[in-house]
Amino acid sequence: MPNLILPARFEFLDEIRDFVAQVAREGGFTEKAIYSLQLAADEAASNIIEHACQGDSNERLRITCVMQNDELVITMHDSGKAFDPSKVKQPNLKADLSERQIGGLGVYLMRKLMDEVRYESDPKTGNLLTLIKRRG
Amino acid sequence: MEITTQEFKHSNLFKVKGRVDSATAPEFSKAFAKANHEGRFKLIVDMSELEYMSSAGFRALLATQRNCKRYNRGELVLVSVPERIREALELAGFTELFKIYNDPLEAVGSF
Repeated sequence: MPNLILPARFEFLDEIRDFVAQVAREGGFTEKAIYSLQLAADEAASNIIEHACQGDSNERLRITCVMQNDELVITMHDSGKAFDPSKVKQPNLKADLSERQIGGLGVYLMRKLMDEVRYESDPKTGNLLTLIKRRG
Repeated sequence: MEITTQEFKHSNLFKVKGRVDSATAPEFSKAFAKANHEGRFKLIVDMSELEYMSSAGFRALLATQRNCKRYNRGELVLVSVPERIREALELAGFTELFKIYNDPLEAVGSF
């Protein structure tokens, strides 16, 4: 299975997006869908790096991306703190400029762009985030 | 990401190229903060050569818009937003927070 192991740092987001785009392109996704998949993977990884790994440069992020029938399945595994995206409050997208929240947007975008988001956290094996998108 | 600034009488025009994500957003924010620090609050962001922007970039735009609009001293407007980026901004409910122009000089003339 194609897999990528990277230091949990923002400067490697480019590689994550390229990796996802390559698998999605080979899997027959449109360029519009590929952009959405890259954005969702970026938001997911950014949150893990920021909240689960909290800037610890020794942390590693292991990513797999594979086509299963007509679905693209991305997994992200880390050994940092538990960060469950389903616990993140949805931002109010109708709020005025002054009331608009800065946080929560990445998780919101990730959920909107993917068909399915699953999260499991185990004190022994670490955290596993799974993102699934069906080819339209 | 690369960002260049051009100063007009009433406004600053920023041309941003490449990708804005969690790695590059601090530099993106810094360019606007520098202009604000110099007392410039009428900002134009030309996105015609921007390939990609994540929510880290959206947050920088939001924080800058708040700072610019305070005391009615200015505004941040966007120019030539690529289709994919516009779709993501729409999904985030951000398109109503920013005026969007098709031409940089049209935006310069609006201030």
